[in-house]
Amino acid sequence: MSPALPAEWRDFLALTKPRVMTLVVFTALCGLLAAPVHINPVLGFTAILCTAVGAGASGALNMWYEADLDAHMKRTKGRPLPAGRMDRPSALQFGVALGVGSVLVMGLAVNLLAAAILAASILFYVLVYTVWLKRRTPQNIVIGGAAGAFPPLIGWAAATGRIDLLPVLLFLLIFLWTPPHFWALSLFVRTDYAAAGVPMLPVVAGIKTTRRHVLLYTLPMAAAAVAPWPLGLAGIIYGVTASLLTAWFVLLAVRVALSRETDQAQMKPERALFKFSILYLFVLFGALVVDRMILA
Amino acid sequence: MTPDFEQEYRRRQRARAKVTALILGALVVLFFAIAIVRM
Repeated sequence: MSPALPAEWRDFLALTKPRVMTLVVFTALCGLLAAPVHINPVLGFTAILCTAVGAGASGALNMWYEADLDAHMKRTKGRPLPAGRMDRPSALQFGVALGVGSVLVMGLAVNLLAAAILAASILFYVLVYTVWLKRRTPQNIVIGGAAGAFPPLIGWAAATGRIDLLPVLLFLLIFLWTPPHFWALSLFVRTDYAAAGVPMLPVVAGIKTTRRHVLLYTLPMAAAAVAPWPLGLAGIIYGVTASLLTAWFVLLAVRVALSRETDQAQMKPERALFKFSILYLFVLFGALVVDRMILA
Repeated sequence: MTPDFEQEYRRRQRARAKVTALILGALVVLFFAIAIVRM
């Protein structure tokens, strides 16, 4: 029997979920730049690189564990493991090496607090979200969303060596943003999740309940988004940007809540909210950095 | 192992070796820079 072909390097890159990584890098960078202290550019670059590699490790370990699930979903069946382009041990070894390497370098080159938060975010995503919650509860992404909320905390901790109120609010913002973002997506790809047996909210509780939950989680998210302004942690640039964008986010969430469409292909409010939610986070964090830099 | 298979096998190995070498080279530069900065 011929041995299997070794996986291509592009497949290893795909394991790191590069598209998710862009948001991780961006929010970590914003956390780092919004911090009130200067960090050496080499150490700042190292901190962001370690955060990105740590996120890549989380992605690789997630794909290693979920290869069977991914094979059942249209959105994920082309990934290296379900498509048969890579064997599972390679994915596991790659993920562990990236995770251990990123935490070690962060601890040795930047500081221990940033390394500890990075390690916690990887373990949280892999063990709490992927292994424990995802297949067991429709609230999987509510708690699992915390994993994606760590990067601004890491960036801030890398620069300052401590945790303050502003990065905690940024953590809260991403944490509360994740449910409406993912539930909007899960509404128009719910048959995919149902086929894979993932208990996402639309599959378990129905479309109407999910739409109500989207709006329900958008309201505290809106409060967390605007809070830095009245609390004096950000100025008018962030305040006005956050208020306008958040108002639009709430409006889109209301449209989702009021929608009665059941055909996935026709779910325009859900698609609009999903697309806008990505832009929302990018612009909001960008505005915070601009605001803090100008005020400083 | 057919010649085509072996050729593809070697091509993938070479490509992976090149990427690994690039990453290791970049890490050497990064670690050197970190060492200088933290001195």
